[in-house]
Amino acid sequence: MSAELPARVNPIGRALSDAGVLAWRSLKRIPRTPDMLIYATIQPIMFVLLFAYVFGNAIPIPGFPGPRAYREFLMSGIFAQTMAFAVASASVGLADDMSKGLIDRFRSLPMARSGVIAGRVVGDLVFNAFVMLIMVLCGFIVGWRWHNGFGQALAAFAILLLFAFAMLWVGALIGLSVGGPEVASSAGLIWLFPLTFLSNAFVPTPQLPSALQPVAEWNPISSIVAACRHLFGNPSPFASPDGFPAQHPVWLSLIWCVAIIVVFAPLAVRKYRSATGH
Amino acid sequence: MGGLRHIQKGEVRMAAIEATGLVKTFKGRKTTVKALDGIDLDVPEGTVLGLLGPNGAGKTTTVRVLTTLMKPDAGTARVLGHDVVTEADTVRSLVGLSGQYAAVDELLTGRENLWMFGRLYRLSSQQAKQRAEELLATFDLTEAADRILKTYSGGMRRRLDLAGSLIAHPKVLFLDEPTTGLDPRSRLDLWQIIRDRVREGVTILLTTQYLEEADELADSIAVVDHGSVIARGTADELKAKVGGERIEVVVHDPGDTVRALELLTGALRIADPESTTLEEHTRRITVPAPGGSSALVDVIRTLDAADIRIADIGLRRPTLDDVFLTLTGHEAEQKESL
Ligand SMILES: Nc1ncnc2c1ncn2[C@@H]1O[C@H](COP(=O)(O)OP(=O)(O)OP(=O)(O)O)[C@@H](O)[C@H]1O
Ligand SMILES: [Mg+2]
Repeated sequence: MSAELPARVNPIGRALSDAGVLAWRSLKRIPRTPDMLIYATIQPIMFVLLFAYVFGNAIPIPGFPGPRAYREFLMSGIFAQTMAFAVASASVGLADDMSKGLIDRFRSLPMARSGVIAGRVVGDLVFNAFVMLIMVLCGFIVGWRWHNGFGQALAAFAILLLFAFAMLWVGALIGLSVGGPEVASSAGLIWLFPLTFLSNAFVPTPQLPSALQPVAEWNPISSIVAACRHLFGNPSPFASPDGFPAQHPVWLSLIWCVAIIVVFAPLAVRKYRSATGH
Repeated sequence: MGGLRHIQKGEVRMAAIEATGLVKTFKGRKTTVKALDGIDLDVPEGTVLGLLGPNGAGKTTTVRVLTTLMKPDAGTARVLGHDVVTEADTVRSLVGLSGQYAAVDELLTGRENLWMFGRLYRLSSQQAKQRAEELLATFDLTEAADRILKTYSGGMRRRLDLAGSLIAHPKVLFLDEPTTGLDPRSRLDLWQIIRDRVREGVTILLTTQYLEEADELADSIAVVDHGSVIARGTADELKAKVGGERIEVVVHDPGDTVRALELLTGALRIADPESTTLEEHTRRITVPAPGGSSALVDVIRTLDAADIRIADIGLRRPTLDDVFLTLTGHEAEQKESL
């Protein structure tokens, strides 16, 4: 009946096992909060309808005539934006755990420091994969297609999920830094709107003011969008077609994802160590 | 140490929890709060310490430091001989914590919550399952085990939270206001659960705002206010400090008050007339009652023999307010909004 000192466990195995348990927890929660899935998909679906049928008619795609060009162009932008918004699921989830005292509880357990966030990130990744599946169906309905074969399309989806994974760490940092779930939701999203609108997601960069063009083409979101357009074989106009972002969209997207993870994952874990509940 | 119920005379026990000079300051934008201002604690193995104090006294902060959730700015603390800062991981695997607010996953069922905590305490999946069943049974939650926690009442949540802290059979248990917000029945149930743990030899530090609770459960009590311990002792010792129990009598006839007080002073052999009070307009007399309820009988007999009719009579035990009034000169503050 006594608490023995825990046997020395391999720290990596321990971290993986803890992350697994917490991921299990996140997955269990998904079907029990169906409204989360509805809120997460309703906004991108509205964007698709709004851009495809309202604004899109007024936005020509340079070099790609025809009424379907804009919809082909649009969907990669929607996918990337949807994955960027993964920030909110992580930030709200962790802020909620913190305000309910769960983070304190986890911190009082002999578990790996990275476990809680890693579990959350994995669970949220699955959630965002669902969201993406719904968006892909939505794209098919409005007439979007991939043209380079299934393999390349899969690669594009993998990049999108990698991007979501990177953004989840950003969300984790935000969620652990702010006061409560309400603040976390706006703090997680408020900077994403300008970031997505200053990208190639909805408007071809050649149509932006020339001062903004370089910003928009190096923007991490643009790099994800451009990589997807490239892999799907969708129209992908660039203001400077000889620049690195236009020449190596896939590489740039990978560099951005890795850079975000390398910066934000350690910051989030450090924040977790010092996070205090209420 | 005379009053420790579980300690045999002369037996020396190792300290399960010892803290010296704990200081913790919170710096805000405009204000700094010294939440802990030199807390010293010493809890022998197998005993229960009640940390008694009003809102903002520093109870939760003390618990957070002792459970490694927060590093003290100064001072040291050891739990079962392990330093809470330098050996935090070891401490975490040895203690159980049930925080001030039940910290459980609202969307998981009772069974799932306990399984999850079991896994995080490094039990195998099978062991965690088994332990969850045991605890559900102990805490009378088996019937509700497959409902998500959103549907639990406050008392059930609290029980589940406590069950979660017992998964690894901790030798030291920290309970932060375990019964705040519970109805009297659930409170009694929880007290029983805590007593059972004490019988198993678990050392417990529990915080409370109720003297009565500390009285019921704790072997010794430390009264904290403004981040330091202002008094320690057994419940009886503390009550003695505030003058012990008193008897309040309201006589029926306003003309009887003075005579009644004289009779009672004589009958109870009260040496110090200062310790009695008389309120003419409410016809209320209070006198010290060193003998507790036997003094009550004396009072009733005396007044009855003198044909003085009693409108109301009662034994008044010292309350937390009395303790605070006496020890600090200020009332236990109401919860301040922060
Ligand atoms: N994270 C924090 N940041 C700033 N101030 C804090 C923090 N935690 C506690 N305090 C302050 O420290 C003091 C002690 O707080 P603590 O929570 O330890 O009191 P308590 O005795 O548990 O009170 P209660 O009975 O209300 O739970 C309070 O004045 C509180 O405002
Ligand atoms: Mg408290």
